[in-house]
Amino acid sequence: MIQGARVFWVGFVLHFKNLSVSPFMMVTAAAWPLVYATLAFLMFRATHQAPSLLYAALGAAVMGIWSTTATSAGGAIQQQRWWGILELLVAAPARLILVLAPITVAIAGIGIYSIASTLLWGRLLFGVPFHVEHPLLFAIAIPAAVLSIGLLGLVLASAFVLYRSASNLSQALEYPVWLITGMLIPLSLLPGWVSPIAWSLAPTWGMRAVRRAALGGDVGTPLLLCAVLSVVYTLLAMLLLHHFERLARERATLSLT
Amino acid sequence: MRVWLRIFFVGGLISFRALFSWIRPSVYIPTLLLGPTTQILFFAYLGRTAHLKSDSWFVVGNAVQSASLAALFGMGFAIDGERWTQTLSAVLATPANRAALFLGRALPVLANAAVTASTGFVGGALLLGFRTPWSQVLPLALLLVLASFACTGLGMLVGAIGLRTRDVPIIANLTMAVLLIFCGVNIPLDKLPGWMSAVAEGLPMTHAIAASRRVADGASLGTVGTEMFVELGLGAAYLAVGFLLLRWFEQEGRRLGTLDRA
Repeated sequence: MIQGARVFWVGFVLHFKNLSVSPFMMVTAAAWPLVYATLAFLMFRATHQAPSLLYAALGAAVMGIWSTTATSAGGAIQQQRWWGILELLVAAPARLILVLAPITVAIAGIGIYSIASTLLWGRLLFGVPFHVEHPLLFAIAIPAAVLSIGLLGLVLASAFVLYRSASNLSQALEYPVWLITGMLIPLSLLPGWVSPIAWSLAPTWGMRAVRRAALGGDVGTPLLLCAVLSVVYTLLAMLLLHHFERLARERATLSLT
Repeated sequence: MRVWLRIFFVGGLISFRALFSWIRPSVYIPTLLLGPTTQILFFAYLGRTAHLKSDSWFVVGNAVQSASLAALFGMGFAIDGERWTQTLSAVLATPANRAALFLGRALPVLANAAVTASTGFVGGALLLGFRTPWSQVLPLALLLVLASFACTGLGMLVGAIGLRTRDVPIIANLTMAVLLIFCGVNIPLDKLPGWMSAVAEGLPMTHAIAASRRVADGASLGTVGTEMFVELGLGAAYLAVGFLLLRWFEQEGRRLGTLDRA
């Protein structure tokens, strides 16, 4: 158990540092959310019936976490294959999920930059007041959201691993997930059939936890659901990875794209 | 002249097919055909949240703007893709007329951008009930081609910068972001700070989007002649500047031996 946690943590730190020096990932994580934050600020400011600007800032920040995940997590395994290290990762004595999960969680983790940049952008350019109702819960909600969203990324990576176009398919999920998980648009505005889909997605509860910790409200339930979904995603990814590994070994296609 | 036309049409088409991995259906459909619709849905619902404008207003703005995705990335990769496939030096070593070579690559990109944008209208009609009189479909299609032309011109500029830097996707993304914020796609120009709406006047898309909204509401093409003329002029200006920059960077690259090193 401790050894598994150590493999996960070392992998997470390594990939987090690696991603932090990638210009493309940093633009996706730190600059691209500013575009949506700016749009939301300007749209919400243009009328008097819109939610508060802090609501928009927090939404745009968590959108950034999903952006990095959608952009890169879907093709994470493919990326290891292109680098020529997938065979080494699969052959390593550690369980495959303990090697791959840190990659997708680190991809979601660099969304931390989006939270920092978006809140700072809102404060400096739009005068958005940053007052957090429950600072401690806010500090817990962010890693909980990152972890659950990163594990959803692992499910995507595992599900799309047999497809060459994995990365593009994953990217195509960026807007739909933004739309239905209540990041900027309240779920009450969407058709009723969308809600069950939204409830099964970690960004919904991650967003709710972060927003309620900042603006007030029950944080416990969304945090608990983040944890539950993290466990479900892990089990699902283990199942998919087991299947993928068996197929790849049988067909000798592990290194083929 | 015949050689010029062959390089323009055949060369452009072959380059388009060779360089873009996203013309495979498994990538093309989710990225370029469904992408505009999901963008439209997101902003239409965001508009409802802010009580800003009608769904149709967002459908037209975002559908026209979605041409920029195909145009900016298409033209960017038309240059950068040669470097990735290690054919850039070979292409630039040919004695082929540069106008035919580079403008030929712009034509399929322009057509693709217009097709991409048109799917946004279809998505808007199916999912948000966007309606316009049938008589307005052809004028709208013409405006889409015009917007795609102007954006392809801007894409030529992005492609030219690609001769000097490896970060074409980043530049294309940031350029698209500027268009999304400044051009009245989701925020009416009169709600933007003054300097932003002033900048918007010099960007492609602003005038095409304004004209498209009026035409979608039933106006004739004649009443939006000024906007069309300005959009055409802007597109031609960006195309010319992009082409001249390409020539300059090419000559500099040859002189300094840095074509493949950028």
